[in-house]
Amino acid sequence: MKIIVCIKQVPDTTEIKLDPVTGTMIREGVPSIMNPDDKGGLEMALKLKDEFGAEITVITMGPLKAEAIIREAFAMGADKGVLLSDRKFAGADTLATSNTLAGALRTMDFDIIITGRQAIDGDTAQVGPQIAEHLDLPQITYVEDVKYDGNRKLTVKKATEEGYQILEVETPCVLTVLSSANKARYMSVCGIVEAFDKDIDIWGFEQINVNEKKLGLGGSPTRVAKSFTRGAKSAGQLHEVEPHEAVEIIVNKLKEKFIIR
Amino acid sequence: MDFSLSKEQELFLQMIREFAEKEVKPLAAEIDEQERFPMETVKKMAKLGIMGIPFPVEYGGAGGNNQLYSMCVEELSKACATTGVVVSAHTSLCCAPIWEHGTEEQKRKYLPKLASGEWIGTFGLTEPNAGTDAGGQQTVAVDMGDHWLLNGSKIFITNAAYSDVNIIIAMTDKSQGTRGISAFIVETKFPGFSVGKKEKKMGIRGSATCELIMENCIVPKENLLGQVGKGFGIAMKTLDGGRIGIASQALGIAQGAMDETIKYTKERKQFGKPISAFQNTQFQLADLETKIQASRLLVRSAAWKKDQKLPYSTDAAMCKLFAAETAMEMTTKAVQFHGGYGYTREYPVERMMRDAKITEIYEGTSEVQKMVIAAHILK
Amino acid sequence: MDKTIYKDVYVFIEQREGVIQSVSLELLGKAVELAAKSGEKVCALLLGDNIKGLADDCIAYGADKVIVADSPQLKHYMTEPYTQALYQIGVKFEPSIILIGATTIGRDLGPRLSARLSTGLTADCTALEISDEGNLMMTRPAFGGNMMATITCKEHRPQMSTVRPGVMCTAPRNESRKGEIINFLPVFDSSKFRVRLLETVKEERNLVDITEANILVSGGRGVGNSEGFDKLREFAQTIGAEVSSSRALVDAGIVGHNRQVGQTGKTVRPDLYFALGISGAIQHLAGMEESDYIIAINKDKYAPIFQSSDLGIVGDVKKIVPLLTERLKR
Repeated sequence: MKIIVCIKQVPDTTEIKLDPVTGTMIREGVPSIMNPDDKGGLEMALKLKDEFGAEITVITMGPLKAEAIIREAFAMGADKGVLLSDRKFAGADTLATSNTLAGALRTMDFDIIITGRQAIDGDTAQVGPQIAEHLDLPQITYVEDVKYDGNRKLTVKKATEEGYQILEVETPCVLTVLSSANKARYMSVCGIVEAFDKDIDIWGFEQINVNEKKLGLGGSPTRVAKSFTRGAKSAGQLHEVEPHEAVEIIVNKLKEKFIIR
Repeated sequence: MDFSLSKEQELFLQMIREFAEKEVKPLAAEIDEQERFPMETVKKMAKLGIMGIPFPVEYGGAGGNNQLYSMCVEELSKACATTGVVVSAHTSLCCAPIWEHGTEEQKRKYLPKLASGEWIGTFGLTEPNAGTDAGGQQTVAVDMGDHWLLNGSKIFITNAAYSDVNIIIAMTDKSQGTRGISAFIVETKFPGFSVGKKEKKMGIRGSATCELIMENCIVPKENLLGQVGKGFGIAMKTLDGGRIGIASQALGIAQGAMDETIKYTKERKQFGKPISAFQNTQFQLADLETKIQASRLLVRSAAWKKDQKLPYSTDAAMCKLFAAETAMEMTTKAVQFHGGYGYTREYPVERMMRDAKITEIYEGTSEVQKMVIAAHILK
Repeated sequence: MDKTIYKDVYVFIEQREGVIQSVSLELLGKAVELAAKSGEKVCALLLGDNIKGLADDCIAYGADKVIVADSPQLKHYMTEPYTQALYQIGVKFEPSIILIGATTIGRDLGPRLSARLSTGLTADCTALEISDEGNLMMTRPAFGGNMMATITCKEHRPQMSTVRPGVMCTAPRNESRKGEIINFLPVFDSSKFRVRLLETVKEERNLVDITEANILVSGGRGVGNSEGFDKLREFAQTIGAEVSSSRALVDAGIVGHNRQVGQTGKTVRPDLYFALGISGAIQHLAGMEESDYIIAINKDKYAPIFQSSDLGIVGDVKKIVPLLTERLKR
């Protein structure tokens, strides 16, 4: 079985702090990580590999430093890695990004394509389904669990607001996975040592199969008109008091708001 | 001379730091309080190859080296010194002598299961009457023709209650002094072998430190490690490697205590400002930070020399001597900076101080390290 | 492209088992505003099986037209049948704007449809406006909620947006409104229906929607454990409030994900929000800072939550909440 996992290197947005004076994001010192939903997707692929045997290729579109997450994926157990890097890809919105990735995926063999549900910087959750559309493949999103019958059938558990659904699909298909689906394994020491012995394929526009017009800024229907940080809300009252006093303050506020009499 | 970390080392640190933070740190206070061996952590570490870092993959190891192993023990010890020593004693004191002195058959028989963490190992040199004077071995091994018969006891043995394989040092010919000492690979299940009482200790309380008792213990002939009479040399070389492990443990403890102290002194306010604003705090932390960095360089250098197959015995002694003293000083100061809170178990620094003390004692006391260093420079 | 042929604001009406989801009503309310600015109409897209009856509700909540695609193939949401139907509607009716609620359905459907229509899609918008040039300005959080970006899709149509539930305002229901109902029969290519739905399961405890609550009592790490959270439940009961939590308690297995408030949970705007033992990380604030009044209790007086709360108490939740419950029971 061949599984391709799309991964993205993102700043760890949970570590981003805002400058208390200007309110702007402080980006220095924020570590770059493999996007958590993507890691969940990689773990799902690795579990299938453990049980059925599979060749796992990870692919990422990014600058050359994104190599770090491919090495991390190798250390976790991925077999091959592709880095899509080319000036022509830059400035892409989700449609152009998905077209770029689809352009690469078209040249590759696969049974399942796995992506994370969404990236913690863009937060769009769009690239996975768009890739499925470009490649004319069935998609299942918000995947929490997958079972494989060893032949072509996947039974998939999909999270919904009210609970979950069980769906069935045949390979080839696209699954977008939640990081909460599993606890991603740590890199093994052996994996880390061997991660740097493997080659990473670096592909540019020439290596992929897609119309150039669909790439980069030119292939992006959406543009950022402006970006800004939310103004910090002004602080309210703060009381450092004993518990019974705190209770009185709260009770008075509840009365004030007609919640109690 | 390149002092930067390689990409492999950076990736390794990323993994081991996350592991220490998420899997090791949450248990540290509990295993100290309950004096409980962290078996669940050992199983997790085994799966990742942490129990056999510097041994080749074909023998069940992770294919790493002593530098990675040292970084591993440091990062684990930062979170929990007990967990650090479990890995260190197992790797340096049991796996390493088999790897470095064993026959091919012995390596094939024992290393895969030890390096994979399926089995846990110990090293039995110390006896009630033979500590620093390790040559005064009273455990005897008699050649019975088709097997060895061992009698005697070892004390203060790390990992003892959970071990499968033990390197036992015993006297085979008393008339030869230290040249009459030999080393044996003794499985816990061999007849006549038992584990005695567990010590109640000041620190590394989760580590199972017990007696090993041999009463007419039958050891197969093929389990002699190295040659007859070469056991003392094997023990000393084994301790050289172990000292890098313990120095790494001490370094980790010191760093952990420093991290806690920096955090606390920035938050704790007295006289209208955080105590980190007082020069008394700043100057002392500056001194301690310098010593921690110096310890780190000594440890890295010793590990590098061992990986390069250069002589490293004196380097190992120096890094252990210095790192252990630094750990003791740092943790004592850490408690002081935390004030009354530092004396309570609400903060981890009192445990770190209790843990640090042993690093000045085991695998050769600081006095022994000085003997080694002096012997080298004055020869 | 000649943008003038694309007109009107279309709203995808998400219905589950014949019940229109609140987010769709919120979007109708917003669509009315947007259409007014550009002098255009609001059109509801109603897909399902035997759902014609809901068309009147759409009109009552703001639609001028309702395009109804009623077919057994559309009974339960599945990606391909819905995408085919909406694609055909899009091609035939040429909407200027399509709004979809950013639910699990919307975020599955939106990107598939927008890719098929080769147009842009902006995800999880929290603000929508028509610019003076007549383009849709779509504002949304990015970088985990640390910043906002305003996106435009100037040269492609339709302009598509998935919109965060709980943010836009539903217009008051007006029975006297009139509208046109258009029946549309999609021509399905069922060879593309490659996913089968086997089972839909509602988790027992999932029956409450915290986004509907007027008062929320929300707990974080400072609550401690299940016993601690039970104390919050008791307090909540005394004032008729619902309980919710930050991610910490959900990750710890103490609270279900359906009660999680925050960037990866739900957005709530209750009249009163109690943040108890919650530090106030950006990811949590993103889900509740629009609450009318926020009362926070935290042991750490430097906790960021106090920058957003209207009333802050520095103290131990574990001590204060039981006393509060006792006091209220008297």
